[in-house]
Amino acid sequence: MTNRRFNLALAGALAALCLATGAEAQPLRLLTWADYAPKDIVDQFTKETGIAVEVTLSNNEEMISKLRATQGSGFDLAQPSQDRILGPQQEFGIYKPLDLAQIKGEQFIASMLEATKKNTTVAGKVYGVPHIWGTDGLVVNTKLAPNVKDYSDLCGAGLENKVSFRTKRPTLIAFAFAAGMDPFASYGNKAAYTAMMEKVGATLAACKKNVKFFWEGKDPLLAGLRSGEIVAAMAWDTGGWKLNGELPDIKFVAPKAGALGWIDTFAIPARGRNDKGAYAWINFNMRPEIAAKVAASAGNFTASKGADALTQGKLKQQFQESFPQAAIDNIKWYPAVPAGIEDIEGKVLDRLKAGS
Amino acid sequence: MMRARGLAFWLLLLPPVLWLGLLVIVPHVEIAVLSFSERVGPRLYEFGFANYLEFLKEPLYWRTYARTAIMSVLVTAITLVVAFPVAFYIAKAAQGATKAVLFLLCLLPFWASELVRTLGWMILLRETGLVSALLQATGLAAGPVELLYNDGAVILGLVYGGLLFMVVPLVNALDSLDFSLVEAGFDLGGSRIDVLRRIVVPHAMPGIVAGSIVVFMLTVGNFVTPALLGGKNGLWFTEQIYAQFITRFNWPQGAAFGLLLLVLSSAIVWIGLRLTGQGFGETMRRG
Repeated sequence: MTNRRFNLALAGALAALCLATGAEAQPLRLLTWADYAPKDIVDQFTKETGIAVEVTLSNNEEMISKLRATQGSGFDLAQPSQDRILGPQQEFGIYKPLDLAQIKGEQFIASMLEATKKNTTVAGKVYGVPHIWGTDGLVVNTKLAPNVKDYSDLCGAGLENKVSFRTKRPTLIAFAFAAGMDPFASYGNKAAYTAMMEKVGATLAACKKNVKFFWEGKDPLLAGLRSGEIVAAMAWDTGGWKLNGELPDIKFVAPKAGALGWIDTFAIPARGRNDKGAYAWINFNMRPEIAAKVAASAGNFTASKGADALTQGKLKQQFQESFPQAAIDNIKWYPAVPAGIEDIEGKVLDRLKAGS
Repeated sequence: MMRARGLAFWLLLLPPVLWLGLLVIVPHVEIAVLSFSERVGPRLYEFGFANYLEFLKEPLYWRTYARTAIMSVLVTAITLVVAFPVAFYIAKAAQGATKAVLFLLCLLPFWASELVRTLGWMILLRETGLVSALLQATGLAAGPVELLYNDGAVILGLVYGGLLFMVVPLVNALDSLDFSLVEAGFDLGGSRIDVLRRIVVPHAMPGIVAGSIVVFMLTVGNFVTPALLGGKNGLWFTEQIYAQFITRFNWPQGAAFGLLLLVLSSAIVWIGLRLTGQGFGETMRRG
């Protein structure tokens, strides 16, 4: 082998190495929910843009806690719910304002984009754009618990040790609505809100005899529903529809008091290092064909315009069964949670969980 | 020569000092400082005792605290009662290979992580689980039995988790027991109870104390087992700390709880040592 050929090979190898590291230099560190970043979508994104994606699964509280611990570093893009941005942003400053010029607004359902922008505006700057939306309602085994039509029915007779809900804020909100109160209207009035939450806390304490366990992750809950150990639960629509595909008796029911509508967003952590990748991921994910795939993976709906038409038949049919027009109109969309509200709720939930 | 030895000494001292300093002392000081801060407004904190007052004012918190302490002591006692005969058999009755095999059997479950072991208990105890099915098949129960999500399940899980840490120091302590002392006790007309109470237990005392301290500490600070096996009424104090830090975003309150838990476990260990008349240093040497 001649020296020259060897040098050539070496140069080639070096060049290849540079290219490879250039492509992988800045991975996008994504803090998201289960099923929001399925592998095939991540692979396609990496292929198109050369940006690798590191996915960390989490939930609303953990996202806030993680970002708070690092003052907003460690991740380049997070997906908190739209109502959970305002309070934590005021309190901890964990996100940076979005540069809306970098986001292709025309890919979003206009009304949802506007509503989310409004709810996530702090001091005149927008911090979130919508991605996936869905509802909280009742997942009911219609054969074993045919009478559960509203949140309060979970506390009915004959369901001792057979229901489940979370010890989290949606439960408090839901039971307040079921008791004919409007918690959202009292967000601004701490005294009234405290009184309301204490009332709800008492209702839930009395309901405890019916609770088998307070669910945290969705897998133990789905396992309980599947085995029949649990016959009714307050849970996400997606879980209900997933089970419905396996066991037709289990249905997602939009409660009489109204399903609770949530929208998960894209928000950029204050010290994210890869804004370019983050915006690329947002724009990529809002393309109708991509959004439809992610929606199918998560079992939810997307804020992407036109993805709806691409959603497969099954989910659409389940949605129509669970949500007649009146139930859609009755969805209670979460307004932004002001700072301080969660302290009131936290105490009530602590007391509920600790019990007597 | 002197200086060289001095250097080696300091170099050898460096890792433990760094370890203790950076991983134990610094975080605890930070936690202590944090626990004395009060939130007065968004991003505004002031020095104050509010977090500790909150603990005293709110029955929920100190009840959980007391519950955790009492149940941990109970778990430690049960573990001791269960482990003692096992340790005695391994140390005194078993010979040669049997001894090693028995010891290995105690160790074996700990090759799986705590989480896996706890999930194993869940599979056994749940309503559609193995024990429930067995009870129904044998006609001992008419319908499905729910054995999970109560204090009994938590105690079971914790005793199981602590067993090894009790058996090892007990075997160590009992190993050195001279059997002729036991025989002498019987010869002098002592009953089985007398011999156990006045010869075997005093000899094993350092092992008992060491094992109890370890099991108690592990139990009081456990998170996974009470969270998974515990019921809708069974909050462990560690869960309160987690809730304050992670779901309520209230770090100062969580820090205060953390410090209180440290005080609690230290106090109970101290009381335990006092009651049994054991010195901490002696226990650690012999255990």
